[in-house]
Amino acid sequence: MKFFRLVWSNLLRKKTRTTLTIGSFAVALFLFGLLVTIQTAFNQGVEVAGVDRLVVRNKISLIMPLPLSYQQQMLQIPGVKAVTFATWFGGYYQDPKNFFPQFAIQKETWLKMYPEFQVPKDQWSAFLADREACIVGQKTAQKYGIKVGDRIPIVASIWGGVWEFNVRGIYTGVRTEDDTTQLWFRWDYLDERRQWGKGTVGWYVVRVENPDDAMAVAKAIDGRFANSSWETKTDTERAFAAGFVKQMGNIKLLILVIGGVVFFTLLLVTGNTLAMSVRERTGELAVLKTLGFTDVAVLWLVLGESLLYSAQGGILGLAAVKLFTLHGDPTGGFLPLFYLPPSKMILGLLVALATGAAAGIIPAVLAMRLRIVDALRRV
Amino acid sequence: MVRVDGKGNGNALVQVRSLDKTYQRGSQEVHVLRGLNLDVEREEFVAFMGPSGSGKTTLLNLLGGLDLPSRGSITVDGDEITHLSGPKLAAWRARHVGFVFQMYNLLPVLTAFQNVELPLLLTRLGKAERRRHVEIALDLVGLSDRLDHYPRQLSGGQEQRVSIARAVVADPTFLLCDEPTGDLDRKSAGEVMALLERLSAEFGKTILMVTHDPRAAERAGTVLHLEKGELVEGQGTS
Repeated sequence: MKFFRLVWSNLLRKKTRTTLTIGSFAVALFLFGLLVTIQTAFNQGVEVAGVDRLVVRNKISLIMPLPLSYQQQMLQIPGVKAVTFATWFGGYYQDPKNFFPQFAIQKETWLKMYPEFQVPKDQWSAFLADREACIVGQKTAQKYGIKVGDRIPIVASIWGGVWEFNVRGIYTGVRTEDDTTQLWFRWDYLDERRQWGKGTVGWYVVRVENPDDAMAVAKAIDGRFANSSWETKTDTERAFAAGFVKQMGNIKLLILVIGGVVFFTLLLVTGNTLAMSVRERTGELAVLKTLGFTDVAVLWLVLGESLLYSAQGGILGLAAVKLFTLHGDPTGGFLPLFYLPPSKMILGLLVALATGAAAGIIPAVLAMRLRIVDALRRV
Repeated sequence: MVRVDGKGNGNALVQVRSLDKTYQRGSQEVHVLRGLNLDVEREEFVAFMGPSGSGKTTLLNLLGGLDLPSRGSITVDGDEITHLSGPKLAAWRARHVGFVFQMYNLLPVLTAFQNVELPLLLTRLGKAERRRHVEIALDLVGLSDRLDHYPRQLSGGQEQRVSIARAVVADPTFLLCDEPTGDLDRKSAGEVMALLERLSAEFGKTILMVTHDPRAAERAGTVLHLEKGELVEGQGTS
């Protein structure tokens, strides 16, 4: 710690240069944080997917339905513990830009399938007792100021007309990353009111007895409905969510490429700054060595500067991302879980420090190798 | 007593034997020092004089462990430094040598206090002890009221006095001064030399000084002349 002041003083030597270098790190880390936030938002479904849940959909396409009768048939397949279903409603609240997912759910089985979602008992009882009831996720309720007891209109783009629901409850997630942007209403109400597609569901969710048997059970389900007019495609919930993300393109590759280019540029910029700084104080470094600072100590002093640049820039950049994501999804519903997880912040800081170390190593080695007599001659 | 004949009794603080320093300049070998012998007792104040290129600074660099000789040995306080490895030599310098340069060589980003504290950062002294040592050293050079001044806020003479405080703060075995008055006006040079004289007379510091200035050399107890890489006896030698 006693050497910190020495390193810090060198940073203050050229304030403009230091500010610009730290600024470069901050901008790069802001970009990194933002890309990671977007990737996290895309992957959230994959991250939180239950290991013992399967998703059964129509083999042709997710938008094609499956018959209601499949539920009982699936329950007879060995290894299947429970089955629920849902149908995509695809409406919007008041204005087309107010988008959030709405599902018509099977009221008897839904919450048992998703223990990570919690609804107060009295609210759930009220939901079961009211045909036009709905349960709204906490995040959506907060965003639109929806309260229990409200009657809210949802414009149905698939089924037509304006559907009004009584808000009977607000659900929360057990974990931060659980999606609390959805709206659930009763499938029986949908089936009664819709003009077409009666007796069908969008997809089934199956809980298996043993997660190790998930693939075998999936195979058995698809086998059971093979060569029927409603063939199925069954995946683990994780694979289903990952497939959904893949439809958006290879987000991870995009992030790696953009991040790679940015950090490589940063490496050159910081490396050049440090090299200039070391060249300017060749004499001073020689004086330190004369006083008894070892070559390794001088190496660490220069490397310390680089790490200080990167740490400050990193913290600034990541703090800016944190501020940017405080208000959640900026896309109006496309990325419901838009936040920078603490683990990714630590990763960002480590990436910044690694870049700082990589940028500083060559100037630091040059400083370490400096011969006192030669350097003093240049003073 | 200072001897240049290599016949010292082995008790001298600094013992130099058959010291050669050769530089390679292209295909040509330049002999800067040739078979140099020197014995300097404790508490001596020795000035080295000589024309440019005579090897004065090279000798000082070798005595301070900043450079290695081509041949010969240097023993200081019983330690032969010519075979020490880099890190050991650095530790030896920190413990035994105080350097005073012509251009002061203070770090511009540090205050006078912080500059003087630098050698103490390499010791195990705590913050409070370091502070006490630095204050004593700056008081000794008459700059206790300039602790928080940066080098740019000091005159040349004051900068050199800070540099002397830095050289003595860790209580080294001896001081090496390379043209300490070379960049100063006559008055400041006089003050700096008076200070070095006091360090020698009052505090018993062993001082080896390179200078071009005859007035500065007069203050030393012994004056040696270097000519073409060889030491020539002068005032106070045998």
